[in-house]
Amino acid sequence: MATSTTEGAAHGAEVAHEAGGIPQLAIETFPSQIFWLFVALVAIYFLLSRVALPRIGATIEERQDAISNDIERAADYRRQAEAAEAAYDQALADARAEAGRIADKTRAEIQVEIDAAMTKADEQINAQSAESEARIATIRDEAAVAVQAVARDTAQALVAALAPDVADASAIDAAVAARTNS
Amino acid sequence: MATPTEGELFAIHPMDQFIVSSLGGEGGPVGMAGIGMFTNQVLWLALTVVAIAALFVLGSRGRAMVPTRIQSVGEMIYGFVYKMVEDVAGREAIRFFPYIMTLFTFILFANLLALLPYSFSVTSHVAVTGVLAMLVFLGVTILGFVLNGPKFLKLFWAEDAPLALRPILAVIELISYFVRPVSHSIRLGANLMAGHAVLKVFAGFAGGLAVLTYGPGAAVPILAISTMYGLELLVAVVQAYVFTILTCVYLNDALHPGH
Repeated sequence: MATSTTEGAAHGAEVAHEAGGIPQLAIETFPSQIFWLFVALVAIYFLLSRVALPRIGATIEERQDAISNDIERAADYRRQAEAAEAAYDQALADARAEAGRIADKTRAEIQVEIDAAMTKADEQINAQSAESEARIATIRDEAAVAVQAVARDTAQALVAALAPDVADASAIDAAVAARTNS
Repeated sequence: MATPTEGELFAIHPMDQFIVSSLGGEGGPVGMAGIGMFTNQVLWLALTVVAIAALFVLGSRGRAMVPTRIQSVGEMIYGFVYKMVEDVAGREAIRFFPYIMTLFTFILFANLLALLPYSFSVTSHVAVTGVLAMLVFLGVTILGFVLNGPKFLKLFWAEDAPLALRPILAVIELISYFVRPVSHSIRLGANLMAGHAVLKVFAGFAGGLAVLTYGPGAAVPILAISTMYGLELLVAVVQAYVFTILTCVYLNDALHPGH
């Protein structure tokens, strides 16, 4: 180590002397430096432009495509989900409307039945009450006749008991009829 | 152990690390004949290429939809540079993206590898940064004339300035245009060189003080080295970024010379 350093230093002193102190200005090394720089640059250029850059560019592009594809697919799924939700809502609304319609229909049918039954019942009630009125009228007439008969019998008995000589059946009947019919 | 003199203790040679020298041989490359020599510069240029290949070629090999860690780093740098080119120089500059990417990755990796202990700082050499800057300068200028023809000269003719000022501005613009490659290359090279030289100086102090104080005296320089190292890490990335974004700005001038 020590010897190589001294050697380097010695060589350096020599070069430094020639180039005015700075190794960068040692003109005699320039052909070598420039030649090998060109070799390196050309090598790097071909490595990059022929192999690396197209490959990296393609990879990045593929990744972009894949990402935008995925985003598109996600948007697609979203649209599908939204369509499904809309369909569900529509079906729900339809079902509600159908249920309402069936309820209305059933109500109307029942109403018709009820109306029919009411009419029938009213008719029966009317018939029965007419019949009852007729019977009541008959009973009242019969009762009136019975009252007349009883009144006549009672009047005849009273007249016969109080004044047998003036007994007149027809006069009594007329009197009783006049009293009871009022 | 003989007590060393202070002169020996603090004989720090911060610039020696930049000497281009043969690996395994003696001396450095001299002129065109030196091209065949395997130097420290060649080694670290090669390692830069290997590191870039490892990150961008091996790292992207899986082409995974969910990237692995290395693949992710490569893709981040790709996206970062791509966006920079697009934002600064416009969409039509995208066809120059591979060149910009080459520049950025080369400078970034050379800068970062130079921060490894015992490494060699490739981008601290003006021969390297100067060539990079001249490539950008010539490329952009030729491109500007090829795409726009003589209209490219409008770049120097400030149409919205008062007529009397325009020739003066044109001269200033022309000078600033030709100074571009100089500032472009010196900015990068000098930043790297200064940083590494400062690190070396502190390292030399640490060694000297450790001997003088039998250990504890080295604590202060070592703390300074740690701080500087963090700063140099930042400089390595920022300078790569600055070089690249300026290249994009110049490219934008060539593509849209009408401001």
